[in-house]
Amino acid sequence: MSEQTLKQWLLSDAPTSRMQARVAGLYQGWLRLTSNWMTLTGLIILTALVLVAVCAPLLAPHDPFEQDLLNRLKPIGYDDHYLGTDSLGRDILSRLIYGSRITLYIVALVTLIAPVVGLLVGTVAGYLGGWTDQILMRTTDVFLAFPRLVLALAFVAALGPGIENAVLAISLTAWPPYARMARAETLTIRSSDFIAAIRLQGAGPLRIITRHIWPLCISSLIVRVTLDMAGIILAAAGLGFLGLGAQPPSPEWGAMISEGRRFILDHWWVATIPGLAIFTVSLAFNLLGDGLRDVLDPKDGGHG
Amino acid sequence: MTLLTVNDLWVRFPTRQGVFDAVRGISFELGQERLGIVGESGSGKSMTGRSILQLIRKPGVVQAAEISFQGRNLMELSERDMRSVRGNEISMVMQDPKFSLNPVMTIGAQLMEAYLQHNRDSRQNARNKCIEMLEAVSLRDPERVMDAYPHEMSGGMGQRIMIAMMLIPDPKILIADEPTSALDVSVQRQVLSIMDRLVRDRGMGLIFISHDLNLVAEFCDRVLIMYAGRIVESCPASKLREAKHPYTRGLLNALPRLDNPRTHLEVLQRQDDWTHAALEETQ
Amino acid sequence: MTAINVQNLDVWFGSVSAVRSVSFSVAQGQSVGLVGESGSGKSTILRAMTGLAPDWSGTIQILGQNLTGSTRTRGFFKKVQMVFQDPYASLHPRHSVDQVLAEALHLQGMDAINKRTEKLLNDVGLDPRFRFRYPHQLSGGQRQRVAIARALAGEPEVLLLDEPTSALDVSVQAEILNLLTDLRAARGLTYIMVSHDLPVVAHMCDTLAVMQNGSIVEMMTAQALRAHKAVEPYTRELLAAST
Ligand SMILES: Nc1ncnc2c1ncn2[C@@H]1O[C@H](COP(=O)(O)OP(=O)(O)OP(=O)(O)O)[C@@H](O)[C@H]1O
Ligand SMILES: Nc1ncnc2c1ncn2[C@@H]1O[C@H](COP(=O)(O)OP(=O)(O)OP(=O)(O)O)[C@@H](O)[C@H]1O
Ligand SMILES: [Mg+2]
Ligand SMILES: [Mg+2]
Repeated sequence: MSEQTLKQWLLSDAPTSRMQARVAGLYQGWLRLTSNWMTLTGLIILTALVLVAVCAPLLAPHDPFEQDLLNRLKPIGYDDHYLGTDSLGRDILSRLIYGSRITLYIVALVTLIAPVVGLLVGTVAGYLGGWTDQILMRTTDVFLAFPRLVLALAFVAALGPGIENAVLAISLTAWPPYARMARAETLTIRSSDFIAAIRLQGAGPLRIITRHIWPLCISSLIVRVTLDMAGIILAAAGLGFLGLGAQPPSPEWGAMISEGRRFILDHWWVATIPGLAIFTVSLAFNLLGDGLRDVLDPKDGGHG
Repeated sequence: MTLLTVNDLWVRFPTRQGVFDAVRGISFELGQERLGIVGESGSGKSMTGRSILQLIRKPGVVQAAEISFQGRNLMELSERDMRSVRGNEISMVMQDPKFSLNPVMTIGAQLMEAYLQHNRDSRQNARNKCIEMLEAVSLRDPERVMDAYPHEMSGGMGQRIMIAMMLIPDPKILIADEPTSALDVSVQRQVLSIMDRLVRDRGMGLIFISHDLNLVAEFCDRVLIMYAGRIVESCPASKLREAKHPYTRGLLNALPRLDNPRTHLEVLQRQDDWTHAALEETQ
Repeated sequence: MTAINVQNLDVWFGSVSAVRSVSFSVAQGQSVGLVGESGSGKSTILRAMTGLAPDWSGTIQILGQNLTGSTRTRGFFKKVQMVFQDPYASLHPRHSVDQVLAEALHLQGMDAINKRTEKLLNDVGLDPRFRFRYPHQLSGGQRQRVAIARALAGEPEVLLLDEPTSALDVSVQAEILNLLTDLRAARGLTYIMVSHDLPVVAHMCDTLAVMQNGSIVEMMTAQALRAHKAVEPYTRELLAAST
């Protein structure tokens, strides 16, 4: 197929097969996602982050753990330390590059747990109602009632310190708001005619929840998650600061900030540079979240 | 007196395959009268109504030489000015009544909010006024309706609530998109007589979109018949039954009649040249 | 044989009683029309039959099966289908026409889904172009036709039609009514049709029940209606307004 006809095939307004419709739908979603430069920026930053994480050993100029006490706290651009060195003389750029792996790991783990648990609990509670609703939502309330960090501390104390457990603890404390949100949406969707219609085709609760309710809840959930991502990265850093998250000498960005805090007045870059990195990544997530909302919603706002 | 002039209006949906024209260059004028728009499903009636208020959703585009309302060209207004036009001067009853209501707010709260936005009054007075309005559209038990949520209403009740709501701001033009399709004839009459009074007493202009030819013939002053995004015929409503265009005739013949039982109804045989036919406006 | 038998049906929502001791029956292959005031409980009767209005008392018997509460078996939905009143609310906003029909066919255990989807669209007079569109890209009448196609997917024996054509223009209405007439002739379908349009009900149904404020005030045959033999003032009012 030549360039022109492939494009026509993808953009046809009257697809002839289901496969064509699906591929065309994906392609048009992609076009929509990339037609907004802000979303595109977010996407590029995050792709770059993934690439950096994958190629860390190739990109990093130094060993991120190699200490050089003679060259500690050197400023940006010193010798071949492009972003300076930290209090133990380790190259900040290299640590940042290796740290991106940890950041990605946190992000992946949290997005795998918190929203999924929240969505599951919220939609099941909202759709089934009655006792199921009572039990699930009271459980959610219990989780919500504890201050987040205290709960996370308890989890980490039980599971043992370490970045995985810290993230696990954060995810377990992060799901209740998602569950609340998903339940509220489910309640308005549940009484609508299109749910009644599919019930009349003989669909069971499992199919209705996963195929008919989830697609309507997921877009707002994704947006919420991308907006919360910055807070989650910082919470992981907070646990690291308390000695319960990433363990030294791991180059986790949050841990780097808390380490650099001691020198913030005289050697600002030690804390600022990982801070900027966190800021950039969070911003990228927010930009992408906004764009995704548009793509996931086939009707641009409004009904009718 | 002319309230609204629409000149060469197009509504286009750019698909990446080419442009789909939902409305193709129609022109009409609206005075202090009841103007009916009829036509088959998908002929662009709703799009015409929505485009006057610039309510076409993206990626749709409205193009027009002019849509002028009281000497102002609505095409040139900013979104902010347009909002005030929509709220105060031109109201529209949408075809999907329940979707225009907020599902998680009681009907009373929504009506009162709309009322208080346009009138300085106490909440108690507002409530009484709203109940009065619900009674006017002959809803039984308006007190219950005030405290109910939209999904607890029947189809026809939803439509009447929307009509009550649109009449609150005392608009100069009302665009009603199939406002009575879920109402039985007797309630329909009451609702129509409310609109009728507004046209006669307050000099409102009414655009009445419907597919019910009998109703339009009886209720409106003038009728535009649309086909595939064009106006194929325009005539005084009383002359609708003598309409010449084969499409209009086809529509009239497709009606089931009480006095003439048949096993099969006549179906419209569409012809390609209807789409291309020039607009024959006889205003 | 009676396909549908409803006796002393009461339906309520919380403290609101929407239907009060309604009784009627429909023979197999026949159709009954429900006409009446807006808010008089026509849709509610259909909803009680399909288990969408849980609080009801009385007896509902469909195809020899006694119904209770709001649970219905899959077998029930294979035989009984409903078309909803509001075409704007009865289609999932994120599912394309194709998805809607394919899912219904799949749930009803049909084979050759692709072919059947095409056939269903053709039956209700929708161009194949619309197959992969989403509801927001369709007009009101086009949506209702998708909803009717969905109800026909499982080849049911009983169709509950809640104002199936009130969102349609007369030409499409004629096509749909003809389709329903043909289906009834070919497959012996039984219909209950809610409408507020007397000519339409008289065209489609053998018997009609006039409802007002939750109860049936009058039942008569279509012939009697045509001959203007209505007794109740409300029915007379409707008749006078429809001719
Ligand atoms: N977002 C969209 N993209 C493409 N086509 C659209 C879109 N929205 C509407 N259309 C098409 O525009 C045409 C006109 O639609 P419109 O809603 O004005 O019809 P209508 O005359 O109001 O019909 P009905 O009586 O059924 O409501 C239809 O053929 C419809 O499929
Ligand atoms: N979910 C609900 N909760 C509370 N009341 C309801 C609910 N659904 C319907 N009702 C009430 O039951 C009554 C009958 O409603 P129904 O929908 O059966 O009317 P209908 O005869 O179909 O009217 P229409 O012709 O306007 O569609 C109405 O008063 C309505 O307010
Ligand atoms: Mg319309
Ligand atoms: Mg109803």
